[in-house]
Amino acid sequence: MFRLTRHALANVLVMAQTNAKGVTASTLSAVTAASQIGGDVTAFAVDKAAAEAVAKVAGVSAVVHPENDILKNELAENCSKYISDLVKSKSYTHVLAPSSAYGKSVLPRIGATLDSQPLTDISAVHGEDTFTRAMYAGNVITKVKMSDAVKLLSVRSASFDKAAATGGSASIEAAGAAEETGLSEFVKKETSQSDKPDLQSAERVVSGGRGMKDPSNWHMVEELADKLGAAVGATRAVVDAEWVASDLQVGQTGKIVAPNLYIACGISGAIQHVTGMKDSKTIVAINTDEDAPIMSLCDYGLVADALKAVPEMTGKL
Amino acid sequence: MMRRTIASNMRAVVGVKQCIDYNIKVKVKDGKVVKDVKHSMNPFDEIAMEAAVQLKEKGIVKEIIAVTIGPKKAEADVLRPAMATGADKSVHVLCEADEADKLETLQVAKIFAKLHEELKGDIYFMGKQAIDDDQSHVPQMLTALLGCSQGTFLSDITVSDDKTSIEISREVDDGHETLKLKLPAVVSCDLRLNTPRFPTLPNIMKAKKKPVDTKKLADMGVDLASRIQVLEVSQPEERKGGGRVADVDELINKLKNEVKAI
Repeated sequence: MFRLTRHALANVLVMAQTNAKGVTASTLSAVTAASQIGGDVTAFAVDKAAAEAVAKVAGVSAVVHPENDILKNELAENCSKYISDLVKSKSYTHVLAPSSAYGKSVLPRIGATLDSQPLTDISAVHGEDTFTRAMYAGNVITKVKMSDAVKLLSVRSASFDKAAATGGSASIEAAGAAEETGLSEFVKKETSQSDKPDLQSAERVVSGGRGMKDPSNWHMVEELADKLGAAVGATRAVVDAEWVASDLQVGQTGKIVAPNLYIACGISGAIQHVTGMKDSKTIVAINTDEDAPIMSLCDYGLVADALKAVPEMTGKL
Repeated sequence: MMRRTIASNMRAVVGVKQCIDYNIKVKVKDGKVVKDVKHSMNPFDEIAMEAAVQLKEKGIVKEIIAVTIGPKKAEADVLRPAMATGADKSVHVLCEADEADKLETLQVAKIFAKLHEELKGDIYFMGKQAIDDDQSHVPQMLTALLGCSQGTFLSDITVSDDKTSIEISREVDDGHETLKLKLPAVVSCDLRLNTPRFPTLPNIMKAKKKPVDTKKLADMGVDLASRIQVLEVSQPEERKGGGRVADVDELINKLKNEVKAI
């Protein structure tokens, strides 16, 4: 008589998202994190059209989507029900969500449904059950071990390279019908029209803060961004003051970015903002205050008035 | 001519968390976060409180109950301020400070679900994330436990005339989304929803007399065994910075030639 020992491999489900431009950058980072856990990587897509785009992502071996299009508006109540049922029927060991409004809305609801304690914004994978994440606006780093049978994680995009969006050829499966729970109803969506690169995935970001003094000066930030082919970011202060739309906010409670180049114009560098951009490869700060926190963080600090230096830089590039 | 107004009997329940004050730069010593510092209401919960109070001022909500889970000091740190802003009464689920620190978000949601049996809130307002754990879980989890609708990252809320639903605008990555939610609902509040008021001194005084219903954490019937084990706690490496350039020309030069960033 012999005993056959089997090592259970992880079976990871990634909640994939697409938009008008294709598979989102945060999804591609989540796929990379999934591949680091080991085992098979399956992606969940809200409908057939999304599944077709997601099937091309390198590293994804299978894509599942519901037979109907009830989930196409990503309503949390409906998505959570479908994904929770899918996890049970297909025995996924891990569910990874992108760090997006959708991922953050749905994943915890799945957690309560499956009685599993999730983790938000993991920044490193140390195997199947051990992960790193930050707390206190990035000031505290914790390494934690999860004990739930199904592990739910949202992925800090800036911490994981993006998987290639093409080159993959995953199988696509329509798996059951999504149910309409009737709890919420989609009315409309207003997207900020922009021809600029997406902030979350841009290689370069030009960001403005209160040092720009007045909304009438904001065009200087935009013009420098245009010259550099960069995305535009903003601090919470200028968003609260309604100079710009809230989806430009970089920081603890906005977007976390890690571009190749981050140019901070008239930004002092409060902890909450810094946590959103400190992983940038090169940080430039333009500020009149030599002692502003950002001036000790940056790679290149120019002590100058952003209202003069920013247009000067645009003109000289 | 008499105008008949239908009296509201809607109840708003607001979750308020005692967190290390957001101005404090948090430090780690001997593998633990230094907690012996000023604590105050989670800033997003202040926004949640303000949202409930604004609905009460409009006559849409009749009663506001603030709820916290925490040590004795949480009463002064968050419940009295909540009542000074406009909550009519509070519920304090009392525990030791170290028990509060160990609470996981799923446990917190289960406690609120248990409280719902008694409080029967029509709308639960919470902040979108706690600035200590930055998890952003409890509102979403509570909706699953209650089987109700959820509205996360709210930037606007309107209650329907017949008070059976709310229309909300929420922040998404590329703009705003408008949803209609059946009540009861749990909503999480984002920065743009409102600017919290400063309580006036008369209201601070009145708050001292408002009732606090104290319950014991152990009586909530929630399994407090941890699902997450903390292996290590540390501070991130300080990024080495502080480089200087004299002018725009030098900046462009360095970006082009030193780091080849442009």
